[in-house]
Amino acid sequence: MILSVRDLRVSFRTNDGLVRAIDGVSFDLEESEILGVVGESGSGKTVSLLAVMGLITDPNATIEGSIRYKGRELVGLPARELRRLRGNEIAMIFQDPMTALTPVYTIGWQIAEQIRAHRNISKSKAMERVEELLAEVNFPNPHEAMSRYPHQLSGGMRQRAVIAMALSCNPALLVADEPTTALDVTVQAGILDLVRKLRATHKSAVVFITHDMGVVSELADRVMVMYAGRVVERGSRAELFSDPRHPYTRALLGSIPPLTGEKPRRLPAIPGSPPSLLRLPQGCAFGPRCPVHYEPCEAGKPDLGSGTHAAACFRVAQA
Amino acid sequence: MTDKNRPIIETRSLGKRFSIGSRFSAEGKRTVHAVDNVSLTVWRGETVGLVGESGCGKSTLARCLVRLYDISDGELLFEGNDITSKSLSELRPLRRRLQMVFQDPSASLNPRRRVGDLVAEPLRIHGRLSSSEITRRVAELFDLVGLLPDHVMRFPHEFSGGQRQRVGIARAIALNPDLVVLDEPVSALDVSVQAQIVNLLADLQEKLNLTYIFIAHDLSVVRQVSTRIAVMYLGSIVEEGPAEEVFAAPAHPYSQALISAVPIVETTPSGTRKRIILTGDVPSPLNPPTGCRFHPRCPIAAERCRSERPQLREYRPGRKVACHFPTM
Repeated sequence: MILSVRDLRVSFRTNDGLVRAIDGVSFDLEESEILGVVGESGSGKTVSLLAVMGLITDPNATIEGSIRYKGRELVGLPARELRRLRGNEIAMIFQDPMTALTPVYTIGWQIAEQIRAHRNISKSKAMERVEELLAEVNFPNPHEAMSRYPHQLSGGMRQRAVIAMALSCNPALLVADEPTTALDVTVQAGILDLVRKLRATHKSAVVFITHDMGVVSELADRVMVMYAGRVVERGSRAELFSDPRHPYTRALLGSIPPLTGEKPRRLPAIPGSPPSLLRLPQGCAFGPRCPVHYEPCEAGKPDLGSGTHAAACFRVAQA
Repeated sequence: MTDKNRPIIETRSLGKRFSIGSRFSAEGKRTVHAVDNVSLTVWRGETVGLVGESGCGKSTLARCLVRLYDISDGELLFEGNDITSKSLSELRPLRRRLQMVFQDPSASLNPRRRVGDLVAEPLRIHGRLSSSEITRRVAELFDLVGLLPDHVMRFPHEFSGGQRQRVGIARAIALNPDLVVLDEPVSALDVSVQAQIVNLLADLQEKLNLTYIFIAHDLSVVRQVSTRIAVMYLGSIVEEGPAEEVFAAPAHPYSQALISAVPIVETTPSGTRKRIILTGDVPSPLNPPTGCRFHPRCPIAAERCRSERPQLREYRPGRKVACHFPTM
């Protein structure tokens, strides 16, 4: 077991009240497994992974629950210890590669610095390793790319450079937050291929956050669907896509226009919009938008329950 | 509904050049051909989807079509009249008939004004309506785009992204335009909200007999909305045809790669779809390749493609491809 998260709760004190960004999230991740986390803005997918990375430093934030990495508790670990893990054993890729790159140094320099922060090797050795890494992430001319500055690269190339940086220390866990959202589909296809290849060669476990159901269905082994800070459904890729149970998952899949076959005259849209975390509806947060909503949904929040394929819905529990 | 006999807008070898750099920079002054030799006809009542990777010139072309940009080469015709070099004052009466909806609704809405005022603004500028008529029209528009009557007094920040885009759409249709250019209108919205806006756009098109130019990077959304598709690569159209046909059987190797790269939800075991992965990035339009501009990334490029640039030719009625070896 690489990662085991139990009943994670993250809340932020704000001027408008308490925001429960994550409200009881649990999941496990095995070696070389890809977990897809799907959700819309405000569903808590990013915050839950920032918590895993120990990157929530806001003094108004409260983190409860347990995050175990290879059996070691990360919640409450001193910053120094966390820094030793981050970038070394746990790496992260963000949507915008420029959040991880500085514009004033070359790509080669930046990746080498990352290696030398965690490994005691000479500069020239580090540079050799950088060239290998850039070749691995399919830079056509890795040696030349090392002397390039970020602004001289295209968006797809920058994201590849960041992936090379993330891989530099052979992480056991790679967290990717919407890494292909800003890229063209043609470039995205290449990056997804790369993630698959890395899982195979490095045996890294990957948590892949996205709002794109298509990306998840191509990449993930297991999928977790989030809504308003909670996991509403989880299952293997096959379970989730061939037998979606939660009304939200079903509606989300239904509202995607098809790429082949008959065009529907109208798309089956979900009414309303995702709720504000400050004013969550009573009971099930999806209730007001749910087509099969009934009284028990207002009384309490449905539990996800156990089992590999599970949905947090009273209707599903009843069936 | 589509009136095949009446093109609303037509371009003839349209081009848009931008100068970049300065004569003091190392490379000197250079010219980018953002749009190059585009001849496109848009018929009344249809939706033309423009697709292509970022930097392919689709947004530039769309902005040229509504004369937000001056046109460098070729001609632009609106209902058969040449408007290529009309002055700003001559264009004014046309502006109300050519409207645009942008990707980020918050960027085009003044945060300090109430949305009712924002929707009334075009009516005040262009219409000759009394203030009570304007109030009535605003209420009508709010109803059309699915906003509640008491929303008029709210400020943009009080709305969700989807509602803000509804405000943007209300502003665009306020003056009963003929053509609306939609530049990534649903890209910034949550997935669960996108379908609502796509449906709204379809309803409005039917009710108001609108013609759309639709740009989005999400190809399944483009297919859903469009009657025709134009695929662009490095400033030029490489394939054009009815939306469902182009998606089902793309003829240009670039369209094939683009469509095959779209990740789709497959409930059946995968392996049925063949993916073409393009190597390399879109070349810089500053320094486009010789011959066919796609040849360095093309899986079927031959010697001829390196030297001779293929023209956009009509292979079948309504189906155009710019390739020496199209799959037809």
